[in-house]
Amino acid sequence: MKSNLERVLREKKFAVTAELGPPRGADPDNVREKARILKPYVDAANVTDNQSAVVYMCSLAASVLMIEEGLEPVFQITCRDRNRLALQSDLLGASALGIRNVLLLTGDHPSIGDHPEAKGVFDLDSQQLIQLTKKMREEGKLLNDRELTKSPDFFIGAAASPFNEPLEAHMMQMEKKVESGVDFFQTQIVYDLEKFKKWVSEVHERRIDEKAFIIAGVAPIKSLGMANYMKNYVPGVSVPDAVIKRLEKASDKKKEGIKICLEVIDEVKKIKGISGIHIMAIGWEEAVPEIVESAGLFPRPAFKE
Amino acid sequence: MIVAEIKPLEEIKEMVKDKKGVLLVGCNTCTAVCFSSGKRELELLQTQLDLSLENPKPAFWQVIVRRACEPEMVTEISDYTREVEAILCLSCGIGVQTLSDIFPKKQVFPALNTSFLGRPEKLGFWQEVCVACGDCILHLTGGICPLSRCAKGLLNGPCGGSHEGKCEVSPDIPCAWEEIFTRLKEKNQLNMIRKTKEPRKVIRKPRYLLREDIFEDEK
Repeated sequence: MKSNLERVLREKKFAVTAELGPPRGADPDNVREKARILKPYVDAANVTDNQSAVVYMCSLAASVLMIEEGLEPVFQITCRDRNRLALQSDLLGASALGIRNVLLLTGDHPSIGDHPEAKGVFDLDSQQLIQLTKKMREEGKLLNDRELTKSPDFFIGAAASPFNEPLEAHMMQMEKKVESGVDFFQTQIVYDLEKFKKWVSEVHERRIDEKAFIIAGVAPIKSLGMANYMKNYVPGVSVPDAVIKRLEKASDKKKEGIKICLEVIDEVKKIKGISGIHIMAIGWEEAVPEIVESAGLFPRPAFKE
Repeated sequence: MIVAEIKPLEEIKEMVKDKKGVLLVGCNTCTAVCFSSGKRELELLQTQLDLSLENPKPAFWQVIVRRACEPEMVTEISDYTREVEAILCLSCGIGVQTLSDIFPKKQVFPALNTSFLGRPEKLGFWQEVCVACGDCILHLTGGICPLSRCAKGLLNGPCGGSHEGKCEVSPDIPCAWEEIFTRLKEKNQLNMIRKTKEPRKVIRKPRYLLREDIFEDEK
């Protein structure tokens, strides 16, 4: 059966996804509570996998807790912490547990995380993982060609990097991902609209948007510190000085952060080739309902079985 | 070449402090070229140990072998080892193991940390450029090795952490994939990396190399 996210996109509705960061702890209620906040406002929510190479509850478990709350997960899985055996078995397990969307990532390097001495596995990379997942889905086979008793059923996602230079090298990565079997992309966070529009026109020219859905990443900025951190330390995020200046001036930083986010969404909605937004408000999940409502994206589409 | 650096003095002192006689063995090949195991380094290390160890301290001797990794060359220094209790080996880890095998009754200590397979970029600056993976793809990547020079060892292009030529791991580290991209573009060979390369097929287990054409089994 198709995932809710896939149905929303295929019926050409403007999709809304959000991000749910699992806790640093064994507390299921933390996930359940965030899921309850997000559920009415999004079509699916990404569950991050030890994001930024920092240890949290595993994304598979958190995805299942979300399903129990009635929120559809986009299960994120990276090549950093698993070799090809673990990747394949986790994907099979995920499908068996009812997960229908996956976001396949290479993963941040361990040295930027909270266990910098950890060995990064990187036995496969995201390109190879996409090929492999598609092979399991379409051919019912493992990497080594052994037959599966049942194929996993996934809507396959990958990351896109609109702000990384050189543009041509990263565009080539995107084309390779499409060729490998990606159904949808979620982009890095957009603040720099000018650069983003330039990127989308390049994507459009290469007809990538005809072969895969593109969901633009957005995120409300909570504080000036966060803005500066994102500008300087988060790989692939570009925060224009104008945004920093606006936050400097604002008396209510949170309010201004949401306002900036809504302006970005407004612009992104108008761009041809963009099929939805992905709201990355990790640690600030409560902001998502307000953003979705104010952006005129509520209520979300509902499908009869 | 194999690049190595001398361990911190305190660590070396801990190894040798209770020994009566210690032979410092240098190696005159790779690690000598990177200023870690030649005559000068042996002299310096012995002086430092002499000055900093408390009495009773070991007596020191020195000898340099041409290649500490080769059993035949290591056997040549047997005479030097007779009187000593321990050997302090200034060579890569291969040399330390060869000495340990040839002189099983001696304690053999590593005085160096073996860093990587690399090359000198400037005086006093070396870079890792090969991981001895056993399946060279340099002809496909513009002569730049992504396994050693990309932090993640990726085979299929830059990750999302690559930006303006730098790696997400550190602004001091160039993105190998951007270097590969730029070089192939200059050569009009981007086709080399347009197709996704399959997962690597090298099996990671202790490796041996047997060349039938020159191998002589002593029976």
